[in-house]
Amino acid sequence: MHTFAADTLTLIKVKKMNNRVVITGAGIWSCIGNDLETVRQSLYNGKSGVGLFPERIEYGYRSGLSGVVEQPVITKQMVDRHTRVGMPEHTRYAYMAACQAFNQAGVDDDYLSKNECGCIFGSDSSAKPVIEIYKTMEAEHDTAMLGYGMVFQSMNSTVTMNLSTIFHLRGVNFTVSAACASGSHSIGLGYMMIQQGQQEMVLCGGAQETNYYSMLSFDAIGAFSVRMEQPQKASRPFDRDRDGLVPSGGAAALVLESYDHAVKRGANILAEVVGYGFSGNGAEISKPCDHGCELAMTRALQNADLTPNDIDYINAHATSTPQGDMYEAIAIDRLFNGSNAWISSTKSMTGHECWMAGASEIVYSLIMMKNNFVAPNINYENPDEYSQRLKIATQTIDTRVDTIISNSFGFGGTNSALVLKKIAK
Amino acid sequence: MTLKEIESTVKQFLVEELEIDEEKIALEARLKEDMGIDSLDLVDIVVIVDKIFGIRIKAEDMKGIVTLNDFCNYIAAHQNQ
Repeated sequence: MHTFAADTLTLIKVKKMNNRVVITGAGIWSCIGNDLETVRQSLYNGKSGVGLFPERIEYGYRSGLSGVVEQPVITKQMVDRHTRVGMPEHTRYAYMAACQAFNQAGVDDDYLSKNECGCIFGSDSSAKPVIEIYKTMEAEHDTAMLGYGMVFQSMNSTVTMNLSTIFHLRGVNFTVSAACASGSHSIGLGYMMIQQGQQEMVLCGGAQETNYYSMLSFDAIGAFSVRMEQPQKASRPFDRDRDGLVPSGGAAALVLESYDHAVKRGANILAEVVGYGFSGNGAEISKPCDHGCELAMTRALQNADLTPNDIDYINAHATSTPQGDMYEAIAIDRLFNGSNAWISSTKSMTGHECWMAGASEIVYSLIMMKNNFVAPNINYENPDEYSQRLKIATQTIDTRVDTIISNSFGFGGTNSALVLKKIAK
Repeated sequence: MTLKEIESTVKQFLVEELEIDEEKIALEARLKEDMGIDSLDLVDIVVIVDKIFGIRIKAEDMKGIVTLNDFCNYIAAHQNQ
């Protein structure tokens, strides 16, 4: 259980600055592993976390494919009952990831009792509690039968309201809802707040539920692959024969803080966040746009004061949908043509982690930067006319990875790109 | 259910579902002051009692319930209504 003393808090004195921003902690709960080392092995070995759930077909899904995410066990010793009953599935994932991130960053209860820390997570649904509320009301016609926890489970900000309560975080506190770019924007916003001196440390991340209520409407529009006879071959970004994405989820968490603050407290710096770029397509709600993707990447590079030639690795958004991958391939080709950057979509292994993806893919990229390899874009067997122009890693590449860009794009035309750079020791 | 069975069932859900320390649970103990049951716990107790005993506790009835003994007697009095 996390305890704190309110009277010991040192508040930040806000003044306009241009701080460097670094990542000092990362945590992950995903279908390819529930800790950094397991995820490293999965990424290096090109291991898929996708499986088939026949109950989805029975329930009425067109596709029974999903990432297989373990349900965490959170005991009363970890989180008190009052808080626990208000934690839906994805908040539980986020709690596990946050514990790992704080632990790696060397941030403990004592630190949090004395210092301000913000909390910004990406999340764009909490479907299961909402449906359970509806089912109870249809059966009972009495709100007294809903119990205490459902209000905190069902709100879109459930992740940040719970994490900031559990860890006693007293800085900025809100949830970013930006479809499949939510997690990426959360990091971008945390980066801006620290850069400007409004926060010294922010816990950022993304969380995504995987229960079968959560993805019904995506299945309805035919977004999912139906390659059910080969679940681990189903997510195949950039491949000519891709037929849709595979939904997945979990949570990723990152401790962002100012460089000076990290150095002062002797924290181990994993990487520097050097660029954040975003754009809106201003076009159709579900149709991606190469110009929007390109603008987000261009702005992130400008913000980082880097050129495409400086990038070693592009973690593509590519979800394995025919249109999305095509538009991103066009954008990457236009911006990075002739550069040496390797490209892969880790969604080939994880499936599409949706609200969490922008944050988890930063964790995956950090792992590659630390261990100097590029994870493969598995299942990329035949290029199409757009992806053939890209330098896609079909196998694991052992190479220095010092600077990366990670893309995230979402429904409604919300685009985000983040640039990370290693710090010379 | 007999009063004894009700007392045993209530003690069990207080420990297992509400995670009240077993040593704090006694028939003469006051729900709020001695056992630490707060207004949020009561919201869930209403749901649990409905599921186990088929009794829907009215909010105004809770005002007269001070001890665990009062609570068990309330259930005993309402279980067959």
